[in-house]
Amino acid sequence: MASKVIHALYNDDDLLLQAVKQVREARYHIGEIYTPMPVHGLDKAMGLEPTRLAITSFLYGLVGLGVAVAMMNFIMIEDWPQDIGGKPSFSFLENLPAFVPIIFELTVFFAAHLMVITFYMRSKLWPFKQAENPDVRTTDDMFLMEVDVANHNVEDLTDFLYNTGAAEINLIDNK
Amino acid sequence: MYTLSSKLKLTAIIFMIVGAIGLVIGFIQAPSNLDDVREMMAAEEHHGETSHAEEEADANFAEAEHGVLLDDEPSRNADEDEAHAAEAGAHDDEHLEHTLHQLQNKPWAAIYVAAFFFFMISLGVLAFYAVQYASQSGWSPVLFRVMEAISAYIVPGGIIMFVLLVLSGLHLNHLFVWMDPEVVAHDEIIQKKTAYLNVPFFLIRAAIFLAGWFIFRHFLVRNSRRLDEATDNYYFKKNFKLAAGFLVFFLVSESMMSWDWIMSLDPHWFSTLFGWYVFSSMFVSGITVIALVSIYLKSRGHLPFVNNSHIHDLAKFMFGISIFWTYLWFSQFMLIWYSNIPEEVVYFISRIENYGLPFFGMVVLNFVFPLLVLMNSDYKRVNWFVVMTGIVILVGHYLDVFNMVMPATVGESWFIGIPEISAVLFFGGLFTFVVFNALTKAPLLAKRNPFIKESEHFHY
Repeated sequence: MASKVIHALYNDDDLLLQAVKQVREARYHIGEIYTPMPVHGLDKAMGLEPTRLAITSFLYGLVGLGVAVAMMNFIMIEDWPQDIGGKPSFSFLENLPAFVPIIFELTVFFAAHLMVITFYMRSKLWPFKQAENPDVRTTDDMFLMEVDVANHNVEDLTDFLYNTGAAEINLIDNK
Repeated sequence: MYTLSSKLKLTAIIFMIVGAIGLVIGFIQAPSNLDDVREMMAAEEHHGETSHAEEEADANFAEAEHGVLLDDEPSRNADEDEAHAAEAGAHDDEHLEHTLHQLQNKPWAAIYVAAFFFFMISLGVLAFYAVQYASQSGWSPVLFRVMEAISAYIVPGGIIMFVLLVLSGLHLNHLFVWMDPEVVAHDEIIQKKTAYLNVPFFLIRAAIFLAGWFIFRHFLVRNSRRLDEATDNYYFKKNFKLAAGFLVFFLVSESMMSWDWIMSLDPHWFSTLFGWYVFSSMFVSGITVIALVSIYLKSRGHLPFVNNSHIHDLAKFMFGISIFWTYLWFSQFMLIWYSNIPEEVVYFISRIENYGLPFFGMVVLNFVFPLLVLMNSDYKRVNWFVVMTGIVILVGHYLDVFNMVMPATVGESWFIGIPEISAVLFFGGLFTFVVFNALTKAPLLAKRNPFIKESEHFHY
């Protein structure tokens, strides 16, 4: 199905935020927005769900904690409980303070790295990925809002977007 | 202007009266001579036969060992036996006297812990207040009047601390063993420290620290009040410099204060990060009290300009500094546990053996609980979550001070009973009264602070 989208370009983030609010009020559907830098409050204006990345990080941290505890317990207590400098290797709890630095670091390591990898996977980022940039100027100084035409009248939509202060409006055929 | 409600005033006064009565009871209950202790221990023996049996076994073992050593000298053995019996008697008396000192210290130590706890809260708040000025933070000016009011307790609290130290210096109690000339005479380690640990110098130092804090607080608050009526930012700039100066003075004086007032209770022990450790405890308690007082005042409609982003920021500080406290606690504990040097490790051995529950319980209260509850960003905005965690943190840091003071002063005779709870009630009441009374002295919004607009619109 060949759908059509309109690319409305703005050269100011305040204008963009205002336009997003108007477009949403007029019940047009915003596909994507491309900006050169983070625009504070844009996600809220677009009505995007809050991220759950922090929750995954917490869970990864728990995994790291578990790995560290299991590893130290197996190596130092169960497998070969040697007397190393008089440290009490009789039980995990007795020798716990010596393991805490490792437990802490592994918790942070797992929480940080797995969260970053999750972020890459969820936002589909990798080294040889084809850039999905509709207009090169959006990485420099322009803000681009992509509005689905769907079954709306193209003329009306264009007029509407023009009135929101768009500097440039293009009709694009999505193949 | 805030007016002190009569209900709050009455509650504070009731707390103080009940606490004072409890303290008097605590002093009456403390044994005054060895016979009292004997009676108390006899009464206790009916309850705790096992501990007594253990002690006897220990004594038997010592005797047996003694016997073995001297077996090949029968002629001297008779003499030794007699001497040994006398020694045992003396040892028994010595033990009783030791217990007597501990039990006599109990109400004093209870007052000392509570007095220091509430004093350190106001000192921590003053440090936080100075940090806000020195860092020119944009979120906190709406809370400045709350901080100023809480730091008002520094004056009565500091005077009480000083009086307690003077009373110790006058030998009215045995909180500080190094103040006892008889102990020092037989203790070479303390003798080598007398250049620092002697009563006049100790009190002079305390006076200097307290005077410094009082003066800095006085001028910081006065400039803040004058800024309200000013037409330019002269007093703000003045306060900025004053706050920076205070922080330098504070870090040095607080560190030395912690050696003097807390670490010298164990004059054989020393730790280099102790000053930081005490600082983190007072800092997190202070921030927690700022949050609690702000939430209380807001719930009564006195702080309409404080929004949940301010509470969120305070809760973040509570969370972060709680972890900082744990970091220092663990660093101190783990370094000493790991190297296990006898002269250092006795400090923790006595705490773990006799104070197992408070010692490890406070780590749960001060670390695990805030860590899990305040990690979620949404919970930090929910008032009752912050209040609940705040109360847990305050209980935890009371226990922290308890763990620092009690093992050195009352040893294994500790108990959280009438004197301890009464002391907390008394100083809690006094603290509440002073703080809320100070709140009535100035409008709750610092008017002309250059950051006040930003602070009112603060949103996170």
